Amino acid sequence: MSDAVEGAFAARLKAYEGRPAAVAGVGKDRVNAPMIRHWCEAMGDTNPAYTGPDAIAPPTMLQAWTMGGLSGHAGRAEAYDELLGLLDQAGCTSVVATDCEQEYLRPLRPGDEVTFDAVIESVSDRKRTKLGTGYFVTTRMDLRVDGEPVGTHRFRILKYAPARARPGGRRPRPVINRDNAGFWEGVARHRLLIQRCTGCGTLRFPWLPGCNACGCPEWDTVEASGAGTVFSHVVVHHPPFPAFSPPYAVGLIELAEGVRMVGNVIGVPYDKVWIGMPVRLEFARYDDELELPVFRAQDGNGG
Amino acid sequence: MDTPRTPVVIPCAAAVAGTRLPPLRIEITCTLIVAAAIASRDYQDVHHDAELARRKGSPDIFMNILTTNGLVGRYVTDHFGPYAVLRRVAIRLGAPNHPGDTMVLTGTVEEVDGDTVTVRVVGENGIGRHVTGTVTVVLPGTDEGTDTDTITGTGTDTDMGTGTGTGTDTVTGTGLDSANLPVRRPG
Repeated sequence: MSDAVEGAFAARLKAYEGRPAAVAGVGKDRVNAPMIRHWCEAMGDTNPAYTGPDAIAPPTMLQAWTMGGLSGHAGRAEAYDELLGLLDQAGCTSVVATDCEQEYLRPLRPGDEVTFDAVIESVSDRKRTKLGTGYFVTTRMDLRVDGEPVGTHRFRILKYAPARARPGGRRPRPVINRDNAGFWEGVARHRLLIQRCTGCGTLRFPWLPGCNACGCPEWDTVEASGAGTVFSHVVVHHPPFPAFSPPYAVGLIELAEGVRMVGNVIGVPYDKVWIGMPVRLEFARYDDELELPVFRAQDGNGG
Repeated sequence: MDTPRTPVVIPCAAAVAGTRLPPLRIEITCTLIVAAAIASRDYQDVHHDAELARRKGSPDIFMNILTTNGLVGRYVTDHFGPYAVLRRVAIRLGAPNHPGDTMVLTGTVEEVDGDTVTVRVVGENGIGRHVTGTVTVVLPGTDEGTDTDTITGTGTDTDMGTGTGTGTDTVTGTGLDSANLPVRRPG
């Protein structure tokens, strides 16, 4: 969508704010013991307040009493159907609930007939999410029994266009050139090679054509022992890239030889990586062509 | 040393800010997802039909929000007992609950205000944070006589009825027990 078209569309959506989402809805079933029991069985909820002659309904069942079930919603307002239809036309055909805020003013008991009205509180701007691009729609419902308020239910959904399945899913290939080819040849032989300046003996990583310390272009290599520690790390949550499944930890590893390199930290949950954690080099194969050095967490104290 | 005891009403010994609730592990099975979706009257295909869920970009069926809401409520009332009364449950969903996963609910008492306790609940599964939420629960254990004292001036009524616009929130200051809440006594 161009900016102008997107702007006009956003304005059309915004116009629904404040309009009804449901008018004079009536719960399809009165509050009743069987539905309460089915709910409790499914939830594994053995609270005695929900059984017996004085049973109340689990308060969190609030929305269930307003659901349309297989036969559809009763009392849904035209404005809400229009809004959802507009979003469907814009390709936002999928829906997922993201937020639910309920207040319980008094318990519901078997026999209560729930009535409800709801309003479209807000429609967000277009948002990019992991699921796809779409709009958050927030509604607010007031529930009553015999005209008396019994609870409120604020509900947010994301109407979105599902992100297309990404082609491939292969990791990006390393860029290999004459300056770093030796490193990748080492990886192919499961050796992690560090460059060493033959002028001044300084180790360097990543590979470079010359020495940062003395400028000498001559070098040879030292094979890393494979021992290292986490010098620092980040956890990638978002956005997802093909072939990567967030969350995952990316470590800046200080090798025993003193140089640092970036690599995945494996063998430990992403949120259990800590600075100073001992790690050990491994080579992980990702596909027919690609092998990469990674670092496996070692048992250590302090974790 | 003999400490002078003021008649402070502590509704429940566990209700101290910072208290951690014991974690609850929930095995996410197809049966749980489907049974709870149907029990909550939610027939969206993504909660019972794996093939249709996949066509919508999900790797499998996933738990509906009503179930998460129910489990979060259950987690808190399991801890505080059958006389605890849920007043508010607010949740936000993140990583979906797919079959084969396990969700671990943890909770921390965030605030205790008279007999009103606010608990922060987090549910983590194998792929991340499924739910974060806040549950407000009113605990029993105060006698009629002391209730009024405890509640007066604690400001609980501003929490109770926020945004309802119905005017009922103005009553809660004095009417918690008698009017609005199912204070259920044993026996």
